[in-house]
Amino acid sequence: MTEHSDIDRVSGRSTTGHEWDSIKELNTPLPRWWVITFYATILWAIGYWIVYPAWPLLWSHTTGIWNYSTRAEVATELANLQKVRGDKMVALGAAPLAEIAKDPALLALARASGKTVFGDNCAPCHGTGGAGAKGYPNLNDDEWLWGGSLDQIMQTIQFGARSGHPKAHESAMLAFGKEGVLKKDQIVTVANYVRSLSGLPTSPGYDASAGAKIFADNCTSCHGDNGKGNQELGAPDLTDKIWLYGSDEVTLVETISNGRAGVMPAWVGRLDPSTIKALTVYVHSLGGGK
Amino acid sequence: MNKPVNPTELQFDDDGPLYVSQKKVYPQSVSGTFRRTKWGLMAFCLGVYYLLPFVRWNRGLGAPDQAVLVDLPNSRFYFFFIELWPQEVYYFTGLLIVAALTLFLMNAVGGRIWCGYLCPQTVWTDLFYAVERWVEGDRRERMRKDAAKGTMKLERFAELMLKHSIWLMIAWWTGGAWVLYFNDAPTLVWQLITFQAPMIAYIWIGILTATTYVFAGWMREQVCVYMCPWPRIQAALTDEWALNVAYKYDRGEARTSLKKASELRALGEPVGDCIDCYQCVAVCPTGIDIRDGSQLDCIQCGLCIDACDNVMTKIGRETRLIGYDNDINIHRREAGKPPIYRIVRPRTITYAAMILAVGAIMLYALLTRSLLDINVLHDRNPVAVKLADGSVRNAYTVRLLNKRGFDRVIAIDIDGPVNATLHVVGADSVTKDRPMIILARDTTTELRLLVTAPAENNPAKSIPVHFRVTDIGLGEVTAATDHFVSP
Repeated sequence: MTEHSDIDRVSGRSTTGHEWDSIKELNTPLPRWWVITFYATILWAIGYWIVYPAWPLLWSHTTGIWNYSTRAEVATELANLQKVRGDKMVALGAAPLAEIAKDPALLALARASGKTVFGDNCAPCHGTGGAGAKGYPNLNDDEWLWGGSLDQIMQTIQFGARSGHPKAHESAMLAFGKEGVLKKDQIVTVANYVRSLSGLPTSPGYDASAGAKIFADNCTSCHGDNGKGNQELGAPDLTDKIWLYGSDEVTLVETISNGRAGVMPAWVGRLDPSTIKALTVYVHSLGGGK
Repeated sequence: MNKPVNPTELQFDDDGPLYVSQKKVYPQSVSGTFRRTKWGLMAFCLGVYYLLPFVRWNRGLGAPDQAVLVDLPNSRFYFFFIELWPQEVYYFTGLLIVAALTLFLMNAVGGRIWCGYLCPQTVWTDLFYAVERWVEGDRRERMRKDAAKGTMKLERFAELMLKHSIWLMIAWWTGGAWVLYFNDAPTLVWQLITFQAPMIAYIWIGILTATTYVFAGWMREQVCVYMCPWPRIQAALTDEWALNVAYKYDRGEARTSLKKASELRALGEPVGDCIDCYQCVAVCPTGIDIRDGSQLDCIQCGLCIDACDNVMTKIGRETRLIGYDNDINIHRREAGKPPIYRIVRPRTITYAAMILAVGAIMLYALLTRSLLDINVLHDRNPVAVKLADGSVRNAYTVRLLNKRGFDRVIAIDIDGPVNATLHVVGADSVTKDRPMIILARDTTTELRLLVTAPAENNPAKSIPVHFRVTDIGLGEVTAATDHFVSP
């Protein structure tokens, strides 16, 4: 007999001896199947240790006899995904660019795939949605340094600008100040002239005719007689509202003095052709495509 | 005090064993009102469960024609005229709320009606007991056969084989019917017969065969007593007016045999109507004695009422010594007052009102839901784009939902900045400034919409822009509002 032996008067059953506010807990044993199930779960856990990775060791862990790993599973699933997508990506690679943009199914695929690739490769400079930043063009607007048609966009993505690739866009803005072509006061004057091209206010005392002359002598070879730019040379349109580096006088003086030569890497060889196509269509569809 | 201790006595006085083995219940067959009701409800419930997947419902070309279908690969649920998409899962939430409230209402009126008559555990266990009784015989015979010592005779072995085979067949059909709700039933049946069904179908049939066989064949009342939460919740939800299966002790005590009772009566001693025949215990599927009062193990199936009524009729006493009753009435009768029943009382009125309210809300939502829907997501990077000519453009990702079973042509209009233009990327609009799109049937279409405001109309701050989608054929209109911002 143990000290807990106690019989409840109402039910005639033994109690556990535990008492709260003079209410005693009846001894209600678990059903046998419950206990068996409990032991079965313990056995299951031991089986789990044997077949799956389970115990941490000092510098690794037990791998289990099934050699299961979540990493390997992800790899398998990615391979499956590639297999499933295979045909569609092949179709994307085979279709001419203009056709992709017109076929809703291909367009949807290119946009979805392109968006992912853009996020992985382009977003660090151009932003997740292609909004750009100072010196990194906004890909949503309708101003293109090297052209906004599907073919031109693909050309730029493939070979880049000043990337070192033989087919890259090479021409750059000269450093008129640094190279001693223009003097400081001439640069200030032409900067004001450039501002006037897009209707921006100029500094007091600025000589418009001198500005026009400096511009005609030095800038028109690339930016054109009326400052409309030239996409062959990557020379931006100076008459519109979009400025890659900024339109204030200080920034313009800096641009003219030191030149500009932003770099865009070449992606050919790093991304496969159908991926570049998808990327092209995605960038084109952001809204600015011509 | 070295008195020798009887081992069984020791066990009783000790903390007791860690576990108790299941006491096998041998319910006796019985006939009567409640038994008939249970047969009827069982036939109805099982009939619906097994046959519903085969009911057809025409939804037009290309859509499944099964009346009730959970189409997991395509994320659709079909129920006769209703088709639900995954985002409409709240209709199920409403259904579950109504179901819970109905359970509470049933409980407030007549106790554990669900447990006794409708719960799948009860229905299948009842069916399995019927098979057991048919193969092995009634209560006494089964008890005798189970208690028989020595090696098993061939006859007994064959009997058990037959019983378990029938059980497994029923269990297999149960699992088989389950998977039919997830596929086109006739096709799947044919695939199952010709062993061409997908592996997952066989796996699920296997799982449900196992659970049905184990739960209805072996676990039986253990599920109700140890596994189910409802008896615990029910005890907390009941009140003194709810009718429960009860032994009416107001009809007198002590309980004793007919002969002894007449002797006692002659001596002027108090005697009850109960003749202690244990028929109520013999028929009980959970093996309890209802005369101990309302208890957790009682599923309130009413079979003890039938058993007792049969006995009372035989000995010429008033029936319903056991019946649906409550303590209030037992006490009233003891005090010589007539019983009163309050089916309609604040609790039942509240439950009924809640059921009606939730049901009405869900029904209203279902009947007025739009089968053409639009979701608009404003671009985050960039929020706004300044174009070369100074005009401002905002881009939106628009998802259009066509919940009808046919393709439809829709037009998109906007109402936002003055003279703003709308362009849909990749869609050539037929009408200028009013893009028209074909929405494929029963699917969603994602579009990229560009809204451009001319330079002179650039709103200084964020202003609302309304997107209106019109079904050209049906005239159905749906709209969404977002914002147009300037850089």
